[in-house]
This record gives sequence, C-alpha cells and structure tokens, in this order.
Amino acid sequence: MKKTLFGVLATSTALLSPLAAAAETEVQFWHAFTGRLGELVKAQVEEFNASQDAYTVVESHKGNYSETLNAGIAAFRAGEQPHILMVFEVGTATMMAAGGAIKPVHEVMAQSGATFDPDAYIGAVKGYYTSTEGEMLSLPFNSSTPVLWVNRDAMSAAGVDPDTDLSTWQKVGETLDALKAGGEECGLVTAWQSWIHLENFSAYHDVPFASKDNGFAGLDTELMLNGPAQVAHLTAMGEWAADGKFIYTGRRNEGGANFRAGECALFTESSAGYAGISSEAEFDFDVRPLPYWEGVGNAPQNTIIGGASLWVMEGHEDAEYKGVGEFLSFLSTSDVQASWHQNTGYLPITAEAGVATRAAGFYEQNPGTDIAVIQMTAKEPTANSKGLRLGSFDQIRGIIDEELEAIWAGDKSAQEAMDSAKARGDALLRRFETANR
Amino acid sequence: MEKRVTFRGWMLPALLIAPQVIISAVFFFYPAGQAIWQSLFIPDPFGLSSQFVGLGNFEFLLTDRFYRASFLTTAVFSILVTLCSMIPALFLAVIADRLIKGSGVYRTLLIWPYAVAPAVAGVLWLFMFNTRVGVVSWYLGNLGYDWNHVLNGGEAMGLVVVASAWGRISYNFLFFFAALQAVPRSVIEAAAIDGARFWTRFWTIVLPLLSPTTFFLLVVNVVYSFFETFGVIHTITAGGPQQSTTILVYKVFSDGFVGQDLGSSSAQSVILLIVVGLLTIIQFKFIEKRVHY
Repeated sequence: MKKTLFGVLATSTALLSPLAAAAETEVQFWHAFTGRLGELVKAQVEEFNASQDAYTVVESHKGNYSETLNAGIAAFRAGEQPHILMVFEVGTATMMAAGGAIKPVHEVMAQSGATFDPDAYIGAVKGYYTSTEGEMLSLPFNSSTPVLWVNRDAMSAAGVDPDTDLSTWQKVGETLDALKAGGEECGLVTAWQSWIHLENFSAYHDVPFASKDNGFAGLDTELMLNGPAQVAHLTAMGEWAADGKFIYTGRRNEGGANFRAGECALFTESSAGYAGISSEAEFDFDVRPLPYWEGVGNAPQNTIIGGASLWVMEGHEDAEYKGVGEFLSFLSTSDVQASWHQNTGYLPITAEAGVATRAAGFYEQNPGTDIAVIQMTAKEPTANSKGLRLGSFDQIRGIIDEELEAIWAGDKSAQEAMDSAKARGDALLRRFETANR
Repeated sequence: MEKRVTFRGWMLPALLIAPQVIISAVFFFYPAGQAIWQSLFIPDPFGLSSQFVGLGNFEFLLTDRFYRASFLTTAVFSILVTLCSMIPALFLAVIADRLIKGSGVYRTLLIWPYAVAPAVAGVLWLFMFNTRVGVVSWYLGNLGYDWNHVLNGGEAMGLVVVASAWGRISYNFLFFFAALQAVPRSVIEAAAIDGARFWTRFWTIVLPLLSPTTFFLLVVNVVYSFFETFGVIHTITAGGPQQSTTILVYKVFSDGFVGQDLGSSSAQSVILLIVVGLLTIIQFKFIEKRVHY
C-alpha cells in the first residue's frame, strides 16, 4: 500500500511539474525581507506575475541578509542557485569578484531586450553597484542613507527648542549639553555605528575610508579609517559616551527601540527607519539631515547608501534570463519605484520615481521624507563618496564594531582603536586579495 | 577474572562493528579529512578558485592576538559552564533524593529546561537582561547597578555562561539523581548509626560513589560547552563585546558562514580537533584514575 501511494505521488509530481513549466517559465527570486517589507516584495512579485503570462517569479525568503547570501553561495556550490539573489551592500565586493557565478545586469538586460536605460538610475545609488567602466553589475533594490531623527517632545521636555539647528556636530554637541542640563538621560543613540559614524562619515566629509578609491580601483586596497577626521569625530563621540550623553545600545538597530519608545532625544539611523518610527512613535518627531563637522573636509559632500541589490546568478537558460530581464525592468518602472519609496522610506532608484513622488505631493504630506534623497543627490559623488568596495567587509565591520565598543567603554582612545581596526582589517583584505587573485 | 566475550573468526565481529565504523567514516573521518585538506587553501566563497597557501592559514590565525585570546576565553567559558551546570545539579539532586513525598513533581519540573533549545534559551535570557526592557536589568537598575552586557565583557560572559548552564542543570540533575538512587542505603545507614552527620556522609561516602557519574558528566559538559553553546552565544552577544565571548567554535562559524572565509574556518576546525583530542586524552589519562567504578 505504502509503495503504491509513493508511486502515485512520484508519477503525479513528475507529470505535473513539466506541465507547469511548459506554460510559464519560472524565475526564482531569493530575498531577505520579512514583515511589512516581505509583504511589499510579495505584492510586487504578484503584480508582475499578473501583468503577463510568459513568466512566473517565485519569491522565497531565506533569512536575514547574511543568511540569504550564504544560502545563495551554498546553492551555487550545489548547482541549485536561484536566478535572482538579494545581496546586501556589504557583500558587493564578494559578488563582484565572483566572475563565474554572476551575470552582470547590463548583460542580462542587453540579452533579454527588455527596456533598460542605465542613465535613468540615480548616480549615487547605482554607483555602488557599477563597475569602474560604468557598467551596472547588479540592480539597486532597497537603498537608504543615514539621517538624524529628532524627538521634539523630549527636546521640549528638557527645555531645548525643538527647532534648534542641528546641522553640524558642533551644534549637536551644544544641544547634548543643554539636553543633559535639562535632565534628559539619553541625548543621542545610534543604529549601525560603523555604517553611519565611519563609512558615511568619511563620504560625507569627502575623506577616504580606504585607499584605491575606497576599493573601487583594485583589490590591493587598505583601510584609511584612522585618519584625523574620523579620529576627531570618534573622540568627540567617546567623550559624549563617557558623559552619558551618547548611549550605546548595540551593533545593529537596537537603538531604534529606545528612540521609538521616546527614551532618547536624537537618533542617527537609516532613512528607512521611517516605517517603524512613524507607526510606533507616540511623540512628535522630525527628520534632519545627518550632521557634519563644520570646517572638516569638504562637508557636506554626499552620504552613501546601505541596503541591498539584486544579483543575477550564472548557469540558467536563455529563456529564463529573458524573464529575469523583464522582471528587473518591471521593478525599475516609475510607478513601482515611487510606491516602494513612499511605503518604505527607501530611496527611489530612478530620478523619475522621485519626481513622480514629489508631484504626487507626498513630501508635503510627510515632511522630511525627501531629506535622504536631497542629502544623497545634492552633490556629484567624488572618489571618496561613491561607495565602498571592500572584500570580507562583513567581518571588517565586525572588527570595527569591536574597536568602537572599546572607545565607548573607555578602554581605548579613538586613535588606538582605529589604528587597531586598520591593522586587523587590512589583514582580512590581504586574504581576500589572495583568494581572488 | 576478566569478563570477555570471544568470537570465533572475524566475520561476525566485523559485521557488528561495521555500522559504527561506517557512521564514523561518513560523518567524522571524511569531513575531518576535508577540513584538513581545505585548511591548506584560501578558496573564494563560490568555490570557483582556490589558492594553495600551505600553512598560511595557521600562521594567519596564530599570529592573530584575538584568536590566541579566544583560547583563554574558551577555557574560562567551559570551566564556568561546567561548574555552573554541575554543582547546582548535584545540590538539587541531593535535595530531591531526600524528599519522601512529591519528588516526582520536582523531578519533572527540574527536567523541563532541558527541552529548551540553546538558541531559544539564549533569547529568553536576553529578554530578562535586555539593557532596555529586561526585567532583571530593571531591578538591578533600581538597586543602583547599571547592567550593560553590550559594553561590559565580564557581564556578557556571565550572561552567556548562565544561559548555557541553565538548560544543562536539568540534564545533569537527571544523571546525579539516578546515581544517588543507586547508592546502597545500607552503607549510608551504617554510617548514620556510627554518628556521621549528613554532610560527612555526603563527602565521605556518597560523593566517591558518584564519581563515575561525575566523570561522565564532566566529559559530556566540557564537550557541550565547547560545541553546543554556540546558539546561545549567537543570540545573546554574537561574540562581543570586543570578542570577550568569542569561543573557538563560535569563531569557526562566524569566519566560515558569516565571513565566507572557508580557509581560515577549516584551519580553525583542525586546531579545534587537536585541542579536543588533547583534552579527551587528559581527561581519560589523569582524571579517570581517580574514578572508582
């Protein structure tokens, strides 16, 4: 009995699957989104599937960013890779170096004949994912940039004018003093410390984070995060931490919970924090541009992005790549992008989507949501502010986190910590160079 | 008079040990061999190319100050976890053993935590000690103690030790309890008649008679703290702050599966293999001599 049942099952699956495949070509899409973002991705996929009947995109959630990348790598090694893999910005250099595993997006688009105009994408966004020859390697999907979130009620409660100018760190420093004097116990809190206070800090002040154009110009790059500008900033932050004006809560976005609960006055976090803050905060908040040090470097230059892009994996049929091209082209359309931008707080990837959002009056109804866009696009990116392309960067961020924790705990001076981060990070960069020689 | 079963011929014994040999070969010797082989290379994550570096991976590791420090971290962590899971377990077992009524209820309740997976246990403890919403950290705050395991390495270590040991107490309790039941009543009663008080009887009679169980649990708990606690560490501290809770196994995972550095990860597993091998030899050579069966 068992045997027959198994036989029937086997036959029926064998019969069913080719039928389904014959009708529509399947495109596998692995991503890292859950919750609200997961629903929005699902909606995009369903909309695409309903819009035509040649291809079916199948989306699957594979865990957080690191886990999704690992799932993709493991699948590639087993010959089971998806067509489209979401990879966070930190994994960019890893993907880029894997020439035989990926199919550059510009190639996919050229082959598939789908509409594709590289100039339609916002420079500061696509720059991160573009080769030095200017060819787009992966499609920017969700990109955000750090901004300053202000709890206006907490400011007022501490007797500080909520409209105080917070455009520079000098002014933020004065405000933190005033907040402390007014009884505020958590003046400043941050998410993603390395991304905001080192990577973006360097770009924003137009100082290098790493040599060779932050790694864009070659694998023989070295970290330069122990420069005077970075050290001065971290020294100031360290002093604020020692005085209890800057509260450290963790390496990822743990600080978001403190801010959303109304415990902290100022919060440096991604612009994509908008969805969470706007739905949970029971206080009056506003968004300001990320502060900079007046007189340091060329600040304010532009900030850089965080988030993920979509990589097309090698090893599939031409017909399937045609479907991939169609889907990526669908994702880039102005309507899809504009609604994504408005729902999530992520940046639009095309200039047209930004224009459409402004025309729809979204920025007037939700003041501050355009600050991230302005901050990124106000100036043409320089070699220091195009982005970062460093191998083993997930691990290097871990090292940076550890060294920053040493500063916050008062165990090391900013200079000692960053010198150590450079030495340890460079060792990993050399290994990455060896692996991809 | 040694007890020994002898077989005629070699077919039957070979057949009988075959399943164990095959399992060991497939799940241990083959992967271990692969790890040794891979530790000589720096491969790229996708397995497209690989550079032979000889002992370069080992040199890279052993010159890394943090890697060397993680040996000490591992030693401190394992000793603490073993002590914190065995001593309370023994204490609870002794108490439960003296109960006349209701010992079944206590037994059942004490075994429960063992059913909680390490990663889940980690999350539970993290909730209690969360620097913002944690119940325990809130009470500590009221007492004037500012709990912050995110920055304080000692507190982070304490938290992962307690979270790792907690579930193990149940497991150890079960073994100690069973062993206590096997201690002959007549010996204890004789000692009691001779005027030995409870703790004297415990130290001079019960504890020596428990030594085989204690030794077994020592070995099992050390292995546990080396290999199975990684879920707890991953959920609570992710090895931080400043690598103060990065034990050797956690580093193998984070370098290999987060950092995609499979060469270094393989070299670390080889080193770990050697360490655990040495540890096992030490345990059986020196400590087992003090065990009375």
